[in-house]
Amino acid sequence: MTTVTDTPLVVVDDLSVRFPTGTGDGVVRAVSGLSFTLAPGGALAVVGESGSGKSTAAYALLGLHRGTGAEVTGTVRVAGQDVQAADDAALRKLRGGTAAMVFQDPLSSLDPYQAIGDQIAEVHRLHHPGAGRRASRARAVEVLDRVGIPDAARRARSRPHEFSGGMRQRALIAMALACDPRLLVADEPTTALDVTVQAQILGLLRELREETGMGLILVTHDLGVAASSVDELLVMKDGRAVEHGPAREILARPREDYTRELLAAVPRVNVRRETVRTPKGDDSVLLEATGLRREFGRGRKTVTAVDDVSLTIRAGETVGIVGESGSGKTTLGRMLVRLLEPTGGELRYEGREIGGLKDRELRSFRSELQMVFQDPVSSLNPRRSIGESIADPLRAAGRLDDAAIVARVRELLERVGLDPDAYHRYPHEFSGGQRQRVGIARALAPEPKLIVCDEPVSALDVTTQAQVVRLLGELQRELGLAVVFIAHDLAVVRQVSDRLVVMRGGRIVEEGPADTVYERPRHAYTQGLLAAVPRLEPAEATA
Amino acid sequence: MTGYFLRRALGALAVVLVLSAVVYATFYIAPGDPARLACGPRCNPEQIRQVREQLSLNDPVYVQYWHFLQGIVSGHDYSTGTGVLHCQAPCFGLSYQNDQQVTDLIVQRLPATASLATGAMVVWLLLGTGTGLLSALRRGGLTERVLTWLTLAGTATPVFISGLGLLMLFCAYLEWLPFPTYVPLGDDPEQWAWNMLLPWLALGLLESAKYARLTRSSMLETLAEDHIRTFRAYGATERSLIARHALRGAVAPVVALTAADFGSMFGNAMLTEMMFGLPGIGQLLVNATRTIDLPVVVAVVMVTGTAVVIANIVADLLYAAADRRVVLR
Repeated sequence: MTTVTDTPLVVVDDLSVRFPTGTGDGVVRAVSGLSFTLAPGGALAVVGESGSGKSTAAYALLGLHRGTGAEVTGTVRVAGQDVQAADDAALRKLRGGTAAMVFQDPLSSLDPYQAIGDQIAEVHRLHHPGAGRRASRARAVEVLDRVGIPDAARRARSRPHEFSGGMRQRALIAMALACDPRLLVADEPTTALDVTVQAQILGLLRELREETGMGLILVTHDLGVAASSVDELLVMKDGRAVEHGPAREILARPREDYTRELLAAVPRVNVRRETVRTPKGDDSVLLEATGLRREFGRGRKTVTAVDDVSLTIRAGETVGIVGESGSGKTTLGRMLVRLLEPTGGELRYEGREIGGLKDRELRSFRSELQMVFQDPVSSLNPRRSIGESIADPLRAAGRLDDAAIVARVRELLERVGLDPDAYHRYPHEFSGGQRQRVGIARALAPEPKLIVCDEPVSALDVTTQAQVVRLLGELQRELGLAVVFIAHDLAVVRQVSDRLVVMRGGRIVEEGPADTVYERPRHAYTQGLLAAVPRLEPAEATA
Repeated sequence: MTGYFLRRALGALAVVLVLSAVVYATFYIAPGDPARLACGPRCNPEQIRQVREQLSLNDPVYVQYWHFLQGIVSGHDYSTGTGVLHCQAPCFGLSYQNDQQVTDLIVQRLPATASLATGAMVVWLLLGTGTGLLSALRRGGLTERVLTWLTLAGTATPVFISGLGLLMLFCAYLEWLPFPTYVPLGDDPEQWAWNMLLPWLALGLLESAKYARLTRSSMLETLAEDHIRTFRAYGATERSLIARHALRGAVAPVVALTAADFGSMFGNAMLTEMMFGLPGIGQLLVNATRTIDLPVVVAVVMVTGTAVVIANIVADLLYAAADRRVVLR
């Protein structure tokens, strides 16, 4: 693609970024010795796990480390402009004008107080000081329309919180387009989105690239997203490039061990799970929901989150619940363990109705129905040691004395793959994956019969994700637990589930044995969801 | 929105009622005989008995309280021995001390307190918020350091010390200002302002360090938000980042706190009022408490309580207006 006469759009040569840590003279090397080039119109994905330095490298392309105290060495050229040497005015011209950045979290990345159209118009005016307000506003509507915001002229007056997640991401892309940049740097542009919306956004990026000929640097932890969007891959680990080359080739024949590990960890939606549950004969019904409902709010503002859901969970099985945000899957999960009271329908646990029980009457069931939460950071009390957090449900049950509780916690820590001596350490000392292990240990502590896991791995890197999923599988087989696994990631759910429930708008649209639903989905919605999952096709061929 | 106001108004009413009941009860538990104090030091027991009868102090407490509430809603007639004195609703009763209508007493005293609170608010907003912004954006400069020191000193010093210092410096030593006497705004606006200047400074200084801290942390927090980074990455200058995107978010909590503090000044400014001899609500309350003048005390507490509750509602409304994401319900 690169011809001799083509000057590359981006040249990064021996880039290093170091952050002084503030304590003493220690530094964190976020990026070391990174080099790559991007031809005009080319597309490169920078892939790596959290902490690999991929975002830090992307920020350097726009000189965003300037003034933050970070030490940047090496050369970065974008469209011939030396980013390191540029003065402030030249750098401001580059930012948004030549190279535009699309940030990860579209809600927090937009000014909450201003209309979206005004924000885009402001960016346009920054780079076209001569353009009038009216012209800039018209440009804002034009780009909003281009990224597929319906009724753009009217919606330009909306504020960010009045947009859905997907629309906000589109608006951020529109902002990037406002000044016809030659390079788009997208930092995890689809991480917060549902699969179908993710597919739309990736499609939009592809279209825009073909239409405008701009270059794309896509920063992502998701190899699937990278595979479907770019020609070239750069795999990063600990601030260094591990492997760099054409995407097709790397995905099909990874040369480095790390890339292989990363690829192996990616859950495949079209591969059957390895270990299928062996029925232990005890297939008794554990939990049975009939016509379960839950409304929020009152009067005209009533929202029905779960609408007439009937579901049976047998002892020792894993039921996957998938659906997009707002489908009611979390509300259902919380009702199943009675963290939330249903407003209608029946919920029977081992034959006894528990749907309407008061908190006091529920106490005897609490230990048997446990929950693992999505965010392992906020669901652990930061001021208590992890041992104390795990011991909480045991103390609440009141059956064991102190020494027995400590012994049990140590045993649990070991069981979930943590050091038993970590009892007295605090959540911030652990990585995300380790914290989720703590969450699992806490759920296991009172020896439950059912645990509901609500998006237990969606905050984790692929390799960590794979480890946690494996752990859950092992525990389940060993302890004969029933597990309800709620997630928006269909591939992950496939790797753990015996049965699958697909939810939409508070209702179950399809239910059946996992492999059947994945291979022969009957409902159009399920088919759509499955089609939207990004795949590692080239790798699949040789895997 | 109507439902919101209705609920907040009912809540406010409940707070004020409970407050008045607690004050009433406290007075009957506390030692001291209002009748003896109202009658004066040279009264004989028979006279005291008459006064007690006249003030209805022999009725059970709840009956007295009920009459008091009735007076607020529908007015009250008092016999003065020779005729009937009609006290129009809202009637908070008559002062035990001088038989003046409490409602009139309070209305007379409100302008001084309102003047003090308003001016002090301007001082703390200018000085406190200014210092806060300066220390968030230009930390380490001489002006910033002097102002930070000044606000801290102002807050750390009790108002009767700082007030005394101000009086001695500006009135006695430099002779730039007259010793303050209260001149109503309606009589002579210029004299009003000159005479209020020192009370404003003293009270405003007292509050300003809090505002400096809040503004500083709120500004730094807003500057660290993602949307600021977005516009920085699109080539906005630091100046426009602050003016267009950071200031509004940073100021929202300051505005809300200001409204709440302004309300509480009606009860909390009494030291400043005493210090500078301002005929305000706080001074009235202190004098009435000393003489166990129950109607006055209860009425003042109800008025200041209402001011606080209303100010808090206003604070919420302002916050919601500043941040459209906040939905009032």
